[in-house]
Amino acid sequence: MLIKRPRPGDSARIAPSEITAEDVYFNRRKLLKAALALGAVGSVATSTASERATLRYTRNERYSTDEDLTSFEDVTTYNNFYEFGSGKGDPAARSHRFKPEPWSVTISGHANVTGTFALEDLLKPHALEERIYRLRCVEAWSMVIPWIGIPLGTVLRRFEPTSKAKYVAFKTVHRPEEMPGQRGRVLPWPYVEGLRIDEAMHPLTLLAVGLYGKPLLNQNGAPLRLVVPWKYGFKSIKSIVEIRFTERQPPTSWHLAAPHEYGFYANVNPNVDHPRWSQARERRIGGGLFDSRRPTLMFNGYEKEVASLYAGMDLRRFY
Amino acid sequence: MKPAVVRRVIKPALFVACLLPLLSILWRAFELGGSNLGANPVEQVQDTFGQWGLRLLVTTLAITPLRDWLNAPWLAMLRRMLGLFAFAYVSLHFLTWLVLDQGLHWPSILADIAKRPFITIGFLALLMLVPLAVTSTNAMMRRLGRRWKTLHRLIYPICVLAVWHYYWQVKADVREPLVYASLLGILLGWRVWKRSSRL
Ligand code: HEM
Repeated sequence: MLIKRPRPGDSARIAPSEITAEDVYFNRRKLLKAALALGAVGSVATSTASERATLRYTRNERYSTDEDLTSFEDVTTYNNFYEFGSGKGDPAARSHRFKPEPWSVTISGHANVTGTFALEDLLKPHALEERIYRLRCVEAWSMVIPWIGIPLGTVLRRFEPTSKAKYVAFKTVHRPEEMPGQRGRVLPWPYVEGLRIDEAMHPLTLLAVGLYGKPLLNQNGAPLRLVVPWKYGFKSIKSIVEIRFTERQPPTSWHLAAPHEYGFYANVNPNVDHPRWSQARERRIGGGLFDSRRPTLMFNGYEKEVASLYAGMDLRRFY
Repeated sequence: MKPAVVRRVIKPALFVACLLPLLSILWRAFELGGSNLGANPVEQVQDTFGQWGLRLLVTTLAITPLRDWLNAPWLAMLRRMLGLFAFAYVSLHFLTWLVLDQGLHWPSILADIAKRPFITIGFLALLMLVPLAVTSTNAMMRRLGRRWKTLHRLIYPICVLAVWHYYWQVKADVREPLVYASLLGILLGWRVWKRSSRL
């Protein structure tokens, strides 16, 4: 199950290979990783297709809104996922060839434990929870989505990030054969995103594997995506293959594409407009032809939970 | 093509064809035959009207060159109808934005027109279309005489503003706006070339 690809420089510490026979060294690392991936106990078992078809989870009421859910139909047919095309219907229409299984994620950078892990192993020690979050797109529309996942922080802590880990960088898979949008140069591929370490560790930040009780569909970022509910949707990177702990602020795709329009922080903020449109009000998807826009809330309504992360920061400058 | 055929057959057919996008929107708005306007109906309606406004503007601009290239003088008989339909769709695009999207929320509407360059130039294009629509009747043509032609050259800057508006509005995928820009380049470039070769 473990896809082991240790590389020189994997660890920031003195490489024990200098003092240990190489095969023993690699074995030790392998054992360490296996123990980590399995939560120290249990046998490695691949989940069957039927197991994946429904997820077992418990609702986290504390972090859920009681607003009306956006319909499954709308959540799975109206998407921004430029890897499959720039039209809202493209991700649902053009993602059939994408294969989210098998999947592995590489963890690298400033952490004691790094390497490449099969998705099942990455998730195994954790209980899944459902959280109903508002999602606010930078284009001024919004949804309410019942996500299923794990708080990112609890996953990241297992890799023991070091004091040099000030940021976390994420990367989407690059598969032009399966992702038709990647054959055009609309954005620089692969898509990359990043968070400050405190944002990544915040209990609201979710590593999602499903929605509406089922595993993520391709158009929603299968099999693993981020959900950062107080930031514009483009921060919630999809189909993640790499997580890297970094010391410097990592580059992010939309910022690279249009630096004056999309910042690194991208916190939902009704008072700071996008240069080409207002962010003060939003359209809730599912409201129909005659539904009016509603006011956008500071930090998408999560102000109580996250405002302290940005105390003293000029949010106009760090947009 | 005989003028009578154009008048009795081609023009009515074109009239119906130009109504189809509007009918399709109404059809889906009332969810006839199980159809619908998708997850974001307001955007769908507004974008469809904007797209057809732009297509018809560019088609109107293509009539003169096509007439030349195809040696089909009768095409000019279709120009007024195309131009008026372009105006109608752009107006519907604007009204959709005003009423359904902005909900007649005047502070936002005025702020957007003043502050958002892509909306400002779209609005400018719409304003410039108004005098062209108003002076499109035969009586007006007679009354304005030579000045009518001068006035209707406004269609060139209008089309430039319209394509620019579209280009500025998209987030990153500028391929479609660039197709319109290229078409516009050909249609306007041809006029410049024609003019300079006549001198
Ligand atoms: C000659 C006049 C105009 C033309 C040809 C035109 C055409 C277009 C086109 C083709 C689009 C892109 C639609 C799409 O994404 O598929 C668009 C978008 C848009 N136009 Fe216009 N437009 C015109 C005037 C205006 C005016 C007067 C306004 C408002 C004052 C306006 C507001 C908008 C807005 C807000 C969008 C973005 C819609 C969205 O977010 O989906 N336009 N327009």
